[in-house]
Amino acid sequence: MKTTEQLEHQLKRHSKAAKLEIWGKFISFSALLLIVAVVVAIIGFVASKGLATFFSNHVSLWDFLSGKSWNPGVTDAHGKPEVGALPMIVGSFLITVLSAIVATPFAIGTAVFMNEISPNKGAKILQPVTELLVGIPSVVYGFIGLSVVVPVTRAIFGGSGFGILSGTCVLFVMILPTVTSMSVDALRAVPRYYREASLALGATQWQTIYKVVLRAATPGMMTAVVFGMARAFGEALAVQMVIGNAALMPGSLVDPASTLTSVLTTGIGNTVMGSLQNNALWSLALVLLLMSLVFNLIIRLIGRKGRLQ
Amino acid sequence: MMNPKTQNKVAIGTLYGIAGLVVLILMALLGYILVSGLPQLSWHFLTAPAKAFLKGGGVGIQLYNSFYLLILAMLISFPIALGAAIYLYEYAKDNWVTTTIRTAIEILSSLPSVVVGLFGFLFFVVKLNLGFSILSGAFALTFFNLPLLTRSIEDSLRTIDTTQREGGLALGLSRWETVTRVILPAAVPSILTGVILSAGRVFGEAAALIYTAGQSAPALDFTDWNPFNISSPLNPMRPAETLAVHIWKINSEGIMPDAKAISSGSSAVLVLAILLFNFAARYLGKRLYKRLTSA
Repeated sequence: MKTTEQLEHQLKRHSKAAKLEIWGKFISFSALLLIVAVVVAIIGFVASKGLATFFSNHVSLWDFLSGKSWNPGVTDAHGKPEVGALPMIVGSFLITVLSAIVATPFAIGTAVFMNEISPNKGAKILQPVTELLVGIPSVVYGFIGLSVVVPVTRAIFGGSGFGILSGTCVLFVMILPTVTSMSVDALRAVPRYYREASLALGATQWQTIYKVVLRAATPGMMTAVVFGMARAFGEALAVQMVIGNAALMPGSLVDPASTLTSVLTTGIGNTVMGSLQNNALWSLALVLLLMSLVFNLIIRLIGRKGRLQ
Repeated sequence: MMNPKTQNKVAIGTLYGIAGLVVLILMALLGYILVSGLPQLSWHFLTAPAKAFLKGGGVGIQLYNSFYLLILAMLISFPIALGAAIYLYEYAKDNWVTTTIRTAIEILSSLPSVVVGLFGFLFFVVKLNLGFSILSGAFALTFFNLPLLTRSIEDSLRTIDTTQREGGLALGLSRWETVTRVILPAAVPSILTGVILSAGRVFGEAAALIYTAGQSAPALDFTDWNPFNISSPLNPMRPAETLAVHIWKINSEGIMPDAKAISSGSSAVLVLAILLFNFAARYLGKRLYKRLTSA
């Protein structure tokens, strides 16, 4: 004879499957939370370290962003440390914008060829090659830059061969496959009947591509280019190997220069944790992180605008 | 103004030119890597330890480290990514929490790998005092890998038809049982493809590793498999330079007399490994799909 409590307990308790369900949901949610925690931790740590330059070392933000000499161990005539990050910021932006300008026409042209003109050859040759090249490690690009691009630049323009131009060449080849394959996706998303309607109206193939397909795929193409720029901006080793690593304002495209990432990779191991030299490097990392957030935001904005149309 | 027909011909000719040029550039790149690298490859090159100041060193330890780090990073990141993807696709409601989480994952995937590496340096190497070690490197690679792996697994789950979920639920299975017994087995081939492809990315990563796994490759004793001994290949607390880091390091130091030959060889090994990963992903994916679905 069961008491009412026993019966109640028996009826109200979770079945084995229900327990498993709760566990599964809990565990998978924890995994997701872990990823979010990682993101928060990365932003938090880099921000706290990067802001220390301004709060504990009392460097003014304006001096940091506009100063032209980078030598954090040395103080200038006014007794302030020389932490002008402008040369690196300019270097990073210059190299990013230039490589995107060069890569965009090639990437879009190739994508149009693959998707509109010769899907057959595209699928057979271009698709596998671009897919493979997306996966090639950046150090390999850097090494080829060092052993091919730098000597060629040196032979043509004189000087050392290291500099923004070599960096741009390397990044151009590096982001080309990424931008191309994303542009192909954008073109593929354009409905087939757009093309059929245009051709039926008597437009030539080129008119159809130019006036209909490319217009419809513009948001996707822009996303592809911004994505490529984000990759170029954040690329560290390949650029560091060919840019010459001189923290100076770039006077010309063939002078040695530096970027945020190149100074970070060469510097962080040679400074003492907590010192101004080290904190200044973390400030550069913070700039890098903020820029990648900005790129992210731009991609989102383009996506939202593209959807409204 | 050109006649539309001529314009059409000119434009399409130009596109042919651009595409041809791109193929040429990409083929030249691949060709250069293979032509300059393949002659360097030999059993000695692939197994001998590196020599810092002399010619004729190999990349044996670096190659081993690359694989060891890859496996550790995958062992850590796969369960987390799987759990996260299952929650995101099977459980998450469409509300602001989910949107925020998705944004966070997107941010993580767009972070430059050098920033991820620096965070790993700060947190694991310095704060947790793990030093330059395989473990620090594996964690850094995990962070680098998580967002992409999560997304690829989520995409795999998306390819499974909703009717399968309804079928599972209609049989009285709980949601979790439906996922583990019905959905996951069906998604295995495409999940595997995603895992292998992300393995290729992890294998060639260097920027996240130079300040976490370190830039030195101490000699290993390949007869000692006790993970607590310092010279054991399995010891996760030793510094471990990988193949990709090795290429970067010998080129920036410039003290190894045959740095160029070694880098060419190593680049070829990396590219061949990526090729192999790509083929394996396609082949195994198809093969498994046939076996598991009797299609």
